[in-house]
Amino acid sequence: MRFGPVDLEWVADNADRIGELAVEHIYYTVVAIGIGLIISLGLALLVRRIPRLYGPVLGVTGMLYAIPSLALFALLVPITGLTSVLTVEIALVSYTLLILTRNIVEGLRGVPPDAIEAASGMGYTPTQRLMRIELPLALPVIVAGIRIATVTTVGLVTLAALLGLGGLGYLIITIGTNRGSFGITATLTGIVLAVGLAVIADLALLAVQRALTPWARRRTG
Amino acid sequence: MQDADPAGAVVAFEHVTKRYGGPGTLDAVSDLTLTVPAGEICVLVGPSGCGKTTTMKMVNRLIEPTSGRITIDGRDVMSLPAVELRRGIGYVIQQVGLFPHLTIGENVAVVPKLLKWTPARIRERVEELLDLVGLDPDSHRDRYPNELSGGERQRVGVARALAADPPVMLMDEPFGAVDPIRRERLQNEFLRLQEQVGKTIIFVTHDVDEAIKMGDRIAILQRGGILAQYDTPAAILAEPATEFVERFVGADRGLKRLSLARVRELDTIEPVIVRAGEDRADIRRRLDRVEELTYALLVDDQERPLGWIDQSDLAGSGPIDPGAATPGAPTVQPETTLRDALSALLGSSVQLGVVVDGRDRVIGLVSVDAIGERLRAPIS
Amino acid sequence: MDFIGEVAAWFADPTTWSGRNGIPSRLLEHLWISAVGLGMGAAIGLPLGLAIGHTGRGSLLVVSIANIGRAVPSLGLMGLAFLLLLPLGLGVGPFPAIVALTALAIPPIIVNTYAGLRGVDRELIEAARGMGMRASQVIWRLEVPVALPVILAGIRTSAVQVVATATLAGVIGGGTLGELIIIGFNTGDQVRVFGAALVVAALSIVTELGFAALQHAMASPGLRGRPIPPPEDPGQVAHAAGEV
Repeated sequence: MRFGPVDLEWVADNADRIGELAVEHIYYTVVAIGIGLIISLGLALLVRRIPRLYGPVLGVTGMLYAIPSLALFALLVPITGLTSVLTVEIALVSYTLLILTRNIVEGLRGVPPDAIEAASGMGYTPTQRLMRIELPLALPVIVAGIRIATVTTVGLVTLAALLGLGGLGYLIITIGTNRGSFGITATLTGIVLAVGLAVIADLALLAVQRALTPWARRRTG
Repeated sequence: MQDADPAGAVVAFEHVTKRYGGPGTLDAVSDLTLTVPAGEICVLVGPSGCGKTTTMKMVNRLIEPTSGRITIDGRDVMSLPAVELRRGIGYVIQQVGLFPHLTIGENVAVVPKLLKWTPARIRERVEELLDLVGLDPDSHRDRYPNELSGGERQRVGVARALAADPPVMLMDEPFGAVDPIRRERLQNEFLRLQEQVGKTIIFVTHDVDEAIKMGDRIAILQRGGILAQYDTPAAILAEPATEFVERFVGADRGLKRLSLARVRELDTIEPVIVRAGEDRADIRRRLDRVEELTYALLVDDQERPLGWIDQSDLAGSGPIDPGAATPGAPTVQPETTLRDALSALLGSSVQLGVVVDGRDRVIGLVSVDAIGERLRAPIS
Repeated sequence: MDFIGEVAAWFADPTTWSGRNGIPSRLLEHLWISAVGLGMGAAIGLPLGLAIGHTGRGSLLVVSIANIGRAVPSLGLMGLAFLLLLPLGLGVGPFPAIVALTALAIPPIIVNTYAGLRGVDRELIEAARGMGMRASQVIWRLEVPVALPVILAGIRTSAVQVVATATLAGVIGGGTLGELIIIGFNTGDQVRVFGAALVVAALSIVTELGFAALQHAMASPGLRGRPIPPPEDPGQVAHAAGEV
């Protein structure tokens, strides 16, 4: 069945392979966000302890963010190999650092100071205070950052195909080599799925955020 | 005013000093020595920069003294890890600092949880405390702080501080963030609470009138953390130790002494209480029997005052018209100082104040004349 | 390391700097394609952002644009542009890239312009109207200057993204420095890949710093006390402007 130049039958026939690519795509994304979160949390706690470092940390992560992904891949290749997942992941993680670190820091800074003082005065240890009071209250801002980082990363994973790896980018670049209906179909499928994935991830994380912050929804008094 | 067996601990400061800069800079707290007897409220008061908050915070070691010793029931506060010390001291700050992401019940349960009480015991205690501060446990326990009004949040803060039944409580301008009317109520309620729990309380305020009202003893501090006078409010008002104290307490010392006496020390007048639907002729007869009253007090079905009904509204027969009542009877509570009561009464058209209890139910009436008489009597 | 030596040698080699695939030629191409993309994006985004920001209507549109701008991968955008222009016979050369870059440039500019204008104190605007300023005067003499830091932040974000994504034009045969990297990939010439990537990285950093300096310089001294907004992801700005 054709939809203009788009061949839906092809999509149906190759659903398996397409599904595989989608799963790969999700896998790359999750790994990148996971590692990015851990590193960013570490950086944020460092900045919390030594506030002077905030500027430099933002500067470095900002520079990393500015470097185009393709170039970053290329710069990593001599070290980590051309078709290596490591190359892609290092680059992907680097791009998440700016937004995640910034949001974790700002989130923590946004915790009401009187809550923090009360917590200390009542006898929480510093670690307890961080885990039970500060991080939970910083959660909305942190999750907002994770949402943005996730959507960005889903987009960037499409580039993994340029290094010969999988993911939905593989479909997108088909148009480069095949200008016929096959190419058009494949490319469009790749784009639609990538966008779809990003939107679903965003909404899912929004739901998670809402679920974790019941107090933000009720307002009176 | 105190129980025979106070539940509080003795807090003693021995030559406590806190210095921030090098030698030559003004001390935040300078060689402070005083003892707060068990179960008493000691108010630290003074102008800004006098070190009152710093002093309070040294008790739970949020600030560490530069030199000197602080003991609780003889035990040096340095002999415990700070975190453990703080779990045994109640802490209330001006902005309350309720945790927005925890329910009221969870907020109150914080310290008991840190002390690893059993869930059953915690639950019981939360219910007890919410009741104690005048909040219905069932309707408040599962709400979040942002659903409560400022006054309610203040009370949760106090409940939270009392949760683990600490012998000592620190309160830093706890009623400062609410309007004067609500503040007066909260002060009265807190004094009633203290009668029941009898903790040793260190209370910081910049408001001299609050200090006189709340304190069993007042410590007046001046800039540089120097103790100017430490004594009962009556003694300070009668004989200020230095010129600074005299100035700080204010030129209206005589009037302030009215703050030392409370409404409950007066003889109350029994009001003629009237409910909607009662017969006018009946009420007229009752009023006639009482010489001093020309007004009847209309109350609702919870015995709360609604307004005054005067003779002219009682002409004829049949049930009274509730709408005819003049609203705005000034209400005071037994703990209200005579000074505040006088203030309230002078502003009303009927020279009678209605005394109500914690639930706003009518207890009796007081008159301006009675206050005047009390003024003329010697203040003990 | 040998590899570093090889890269250095590649840079030293005069052929690297000459010809159609030489650095200067591709760099220039990269720059002018980016400039055109950014320019056209601004030409569309600024007026729209000003109109929506001044009137305050159409915030839903802005939020949607921000969301779409976030979700569509740049590679997909390139591919899409290529796809669409192919049947029109314009699939060759820099055209698809420019179209894609224009589309990419629009969201940060619209979102930031809108947010910047919305952030202007309502009382200031009332005062201006009270003094007798017409709508256009209110926009140009009051709103834009006050909102300038945020608007410039949007342009900066856009510029950085455009310069970065222009690299991908190489994937669809659109030239730019990215083409050098792709050629390197295809021929297995690791040295060229790395060298070209270095140039790209340097270009991006210069763009980032350059626009940051521009932001600083163009903010009115009266507003200098305020913190300059960092390169905001359009999504975050929309978030601040009232997105759910």
